[in-house]
Amino acid sequence: MTTTSMEFPPTARAADAKRVGRRFGAATALALTLLGAAAGLTIAPTPASAELKITVTPGAAFQPMPIAVPQFGGDPALAREVAQIVAADMRLSGYFTVLDPSSYLEGTVGADQMPNFNNWKGIGAQALIAGTVSRSGNQVTAQVRVWDVFGGTQLVGTQVGAGQDAVRRLAHIVADAAYSNLTGFKGFFDSRIVFVDESGPKTARVKKLAIMDWDGANVRYLTRGQELVLTPRFSPSSQQIAYMAYGAGEPKVFILNVASGARQLVGDFPNMTFSPRFSPDGHTLVFSMQKEANANIFAMELGGRGMRQLTEGAAIDTHPSFSPDGSQIVFESDRGGTQQLYVMSAGGGGAKRISFGSGRYATPVWSPDPDNPFIAFTKQDGGGFKIGVMKPDGTGERILTEGFHAEGPTFAPNGRYVMFFKEEGGDSRLWLADVTGHVLTQVKTPGSASDPAWSPLQK
Amino acid sequence: MFSSIALGRGFKFAAVLATTLTLGACASQQDSAGDGAGGLGGAGAATPGSQQDFVVNVGDRVFFTVDSTDLTTEARSTLDRQAAWLARYPRYSVTVEGHADERGTREYNIALGARRAAATRDYLMARGVSSTRLKTISYGKERPVAVCDAENCWNQNRRAVTVLGGAM
Repeated sequence: MTTTSMEFPPTARAADAKRVGRRFGAATALALTLLGAAAGLTIAPTPASAELKITVTPGAAFQPMPIAVPQFGGDPALAREVAQIVAADMRLSGYFTVLDPSSYLEGTVGADQMPNFNNWKGIGAQALIAGTVSRSGNQVTAQVRVWDVFGGTQLVGTQVGAGQDAVRRLAHIVADAAYSNLTGFKGFFDSRIVFVDESGPKTARVKKLAIMDWDGANVRYLTRGQELVLTPRFSPSSQQIAYMAYGAGEPKVFILNVASGARQLVGDFPNMTFSPRFSPDGHTLVFSMQKEANANIFAMELGGRGMRQLTEGAAIDTHPSFSPDGSQIVFESDRGGTQQLYVMSAGGGGAKRISFGSGRYATPVWSPDPDNPFIAFTKQDGGGFKIGVMKPDGTGERILTEGFHAEGPTFAPNGRYVMFFKEEGGDSRLWLADVTGHVLTQVKTPGSASDPAWSPLQK
Repeated sequence: MFSSIALGRGFKFAAVLATTLTLGACASQQDSAGDGAGGLGGAGAATPGSQQDFVVNVGDRVFFTVDSTDLTTEARSTLDRQAAWLARYPRYSVTVEGHADERGTREYNIALGARRAAATRDYLMARGVSSTRLKTISYGKERPVAVCDAENCWNQNRRAVTVLGGAM
């Protein structure tokens, strides 16, 4: 919490915004610039020694940071939409409480205006997100500032431009900048989820691949439900999805192009293939292939024709997931009698068991954040299911949630959250937990859902 | 190494798959009816050599204990009857479906179902059913026949079902 003077330094200064370290391709028509000081508005740099930051520590007491997101200035309808998406993202992250707008002492706060900090202090807001959203033809521009209310300083000043059809992405990018500054973590709101939409009775369940924004908006179905589809996974570009489908005969791994709808069978094998996963560079696909009673893990070079067997022996070896640098693979195997987690070289060999707690460990996924190495897993113990994380050496196990049935974690692009599915009373839904165990929230889906996979940040 | 099944924007291939799955679903429903007492009108109603005869008088499925692929004594005697029946009616091809209960993770259960199907197929082969007549497929935990939250129905889902196919 900052306690510096509310006085504004006399010198005008470019906004002290944190850089949102992403590129925006021309195709998405999104443009990001750092927002300079508006005319007549002087901006104070944030003193590095007194940054407003929320601290989220496992085990320690945790309180979400109260923030205010008033109506933005500019085009009223667009401003309302963007502010609402930003507020919802911040709230869904679990690290922020968005104070009730009915408590606000002023209405619209635009990007070109110095907030009256006393009004926001009075209602207990520690940070204020204010902005202006304007339209010029089909182009939408958002200028957004994040203020440290008690410090009286600007933390973020950012300007994002987008085509009219990408307003939701624009809002997520703005929210990412705010989240990133206030938490010190990378943003993750500008991302998508691929999952399996479920309907019909359990005995004849209809499953469709579906894709949506991380917050449940823009749901689009990728298959029609005639065939059983399972375990979709994003490529690093987010443009391709590897998954398993029951076609003619035994189920196989396919790759679907999200934009064109084209799909390819991966390889031409006599046996069932399943549990696919892309390498971090997108060049390799690993998956399990069944032969008789055993499943082993194979790697296929997607550009060429190389195929390599990574595990061998009489066991079920499955659910491979790469370390972020691509050098190692975590997977589950029952080679020791029950399902446990193992780490091996990405080239195969040298598998070392890492799970030693009670119960069975399954569905390991490696966090994409190289600075905070975690492996998330499903654990079956004492008749129930748990979702947890551990370090890649197997230490530091932490259970995030447990219940009748919870399964299949997938990491957010910033490695701070896992999404998984949880079944209660026959209904399966997607849930979100942060790696400290402080946050547990249901994710909006059109109906029953399972097998979520989080995309990388969009490009 | 990609095979050349590339699809256009449409879902033509998916439509072909749908046909297959629909047939599978019909077969499953018949299987389910076979579970119930008198579901198919009793043994006497089945024409010898018919699918109904196989389901009702022979028994089309065997059950497994938790996380096991071992064939129980009861399972072996069912498979002995299946093998004898298949020897008598050589016109059928056979797909052995392996299934798991819901109390496991998805990928593992797919592999476990494949193990159960393989164990069942191997037993039938050892009892003289030609490998050329036999195929296997695993449905993992995707196609339960009984839905509830208790062991007394999960044990119905841990199964291998011998599904008769068309003429060879």
